[in-house]
Amino acid sequence: MDFTLHVWRQGTPGSKGDFETYQAKNVAPSMSFLDMLDLVNEELTRDGGDPIAFEHDCREGICGSCGMMVNGMAHGPEDLVTVCQLHMRSFSDGDELWIEPWRADAFPVMRDLVVDRNAFDRIIESGGYISVRTGSAPDANAVPVPKPDADKAFDAAACIGCGACVAACPNASAMLFTAAKAGHLSYLPQGQPERYERAIQMVHQHDEEGFGNCTNHGACQEACPKGISVDYISRLNRDVLRARLAGVAFDST
Amino acid sequence: MRRVTTLYSSSVGKKIAMALSGIILFGFVLMHMLGNLKAFEGREAMNSYAEFLRVVGTPIVPEYGVLWLVRIALLAAVGVHALSAFQLWRQSRSARTHRYLKSRSQVFSYASRTMRWGGVIVLAFIVYHLLHMTTGTVHPDFEYGSVYDNLVIGFQSAPVTAFYLVAVGALSIHLYHGLWSVFSTLGNENVRVNRIRRPAAAAIAIGMFLGYAVVPLAVVLGILTLG
Ligand code: HEM
Ligand code: SF4
Ligand code: FES
Repeated sequence: MDFTLHVWRQGTPGSKGDFETYQAKNVAPSMSFLDMLDLVNEELTRDGGDPIAFEHDCREGICGSCGMMVNGMAHGPEDLVTVCQLHMRSFSDGDELWIEPWRADAFPVMRDLVVDRNAFDRIIESGGYISVRTGSAPDANAVPVPKPDADKAFDAAACIGCGACVAACPNASAMLFTAAKAGHLSYLPQGQPERYERAIQMVHQHDEEGFGNCTNHGACQEACPKGISVDYISRLNRDVLRARLAGVAFDST
Repeated sequence: MRRVTTLYSSSVGKKIAMALSGIILFGFVLMHMLGNLKAFEGREAMNSYAEFLRVVGTPIVPEYGVLWLVRIALLAAVGVHALSAFQLWRQSRSARTHRYLKSRSQVFSYASRTMRWGGVIVLAFIVYHLLHMTTGTVHPDFEYGSVYDNLVIGFQSAPVTAFYLVAVGALSIHLYHGLWSVFSTLGNENVRVNRIRRPAAAAIAIGMFLGYAVVPLAVVLGILTLG
């Protein structure tokens, strides 16, 4: 298969980037999208050019490193896959592919398709943890968790922090990510003591990072490779509302 | 009060303010639609209903007392709703200053993409509507208290009726997303409610459109007349 690629190239953070056109030739349908980029990069390097920078690690859809817009769709056209798991057979021979980095002011472009997603880490630092004594691990069944709650917590925990939700959101809001991280803990007994403080802190940090406001649009859920449901956003809103009405203390530093 | 202001300082809080004011406005547009349908019961019924709104609560409260209370509450609701919409729009706009060259919106509905412009159309319409039917400023032949005649004369103009229909259409589309969205904003977790949210919002939006559209259409078609 042959493709024409239009790839966003940008040397350094803040510099002016632009689209460059490349040809990808003899691509096997079984290759992943990243394999295809590797192929283009090999040729680029051979010709003395600069390879296209993109983030990747596991290449099996679990680390959340990879991610780019392909023809305006986060992680490309398939449902429930990351670009490393997206096969070239999802496209037609001769297709033109527009490849852009995630666009959000909270995710500055570092180079080409690589964006800085540290804002996510700071949202987690602000409240996405539980306080426990370290030491020997507790007995596995010491704290019973009802099965439906465990399932909900697990579904939320499937979030890999890839940022596709932000990228696809017309408001560049990170509420799906924030809600998944807060929701994961709010379904578990261990997450209860800090539940309301967590909701407030994480939403506060979300706003501080410069993400937009959720309008319950639903693009995030469509784009999410892990199928995280917008219902978690309802739950986070509920926790914020409850926390505020109950007057949960919170230091805004 | 401090709790309310700290809540409002977050994006979720502003959404909650938008949802609560939206619910108040929804309650009003629903009652208003039912009130309009009085036109089909004739001049007498319509005018006496309007009179009732002026005197309701008397003699405990003065004439116009309840009417003005409601007006002030509605004005406040429109203010809160529009202000929070504006602030959130600004937050979202600055969250993506570099736009995509290609974007294929992976979305749920047309309605959710048009909330802001739809809202602006509705706001412009509210101003026009007050000048048209309440103060009579832009009405060709306004007589205070003759609600039925004002209505029939007002809608005998085709462009006016067309504008009304567009505005009511925009309101219905707004409500289709809004009535669905409000459950998420206020943190509903009831799965049975979640299942019927979409169809219920659609049914209410369509019902609202028909309920509002039928009165001006009846005037244009000569069903409601001055005779
Ligand atoms: C009588 C008129 C109106 C009614 C009944 C109404 C009702 C609603 C409702 C129920 C919501 C859902 C709140 C939520 O997201 O949870 C909403 C949202 C919204 N309204 Fe209105 N509204 C009206 C007028 C306006 C006006 C005049 C504006 C603009 C100035 C406006 C702009 C918005 C926006 C931007 C949203 C946010 C949508 C979202 O984020 O989901 N609305 N409205
Ligand atoms: S919620 Fe989904 S799209 Fe967003 S960061 Fe997590 S896995 Fe990626
Ligand atoms: S490289 Fe790990 S998810 Fe794609």
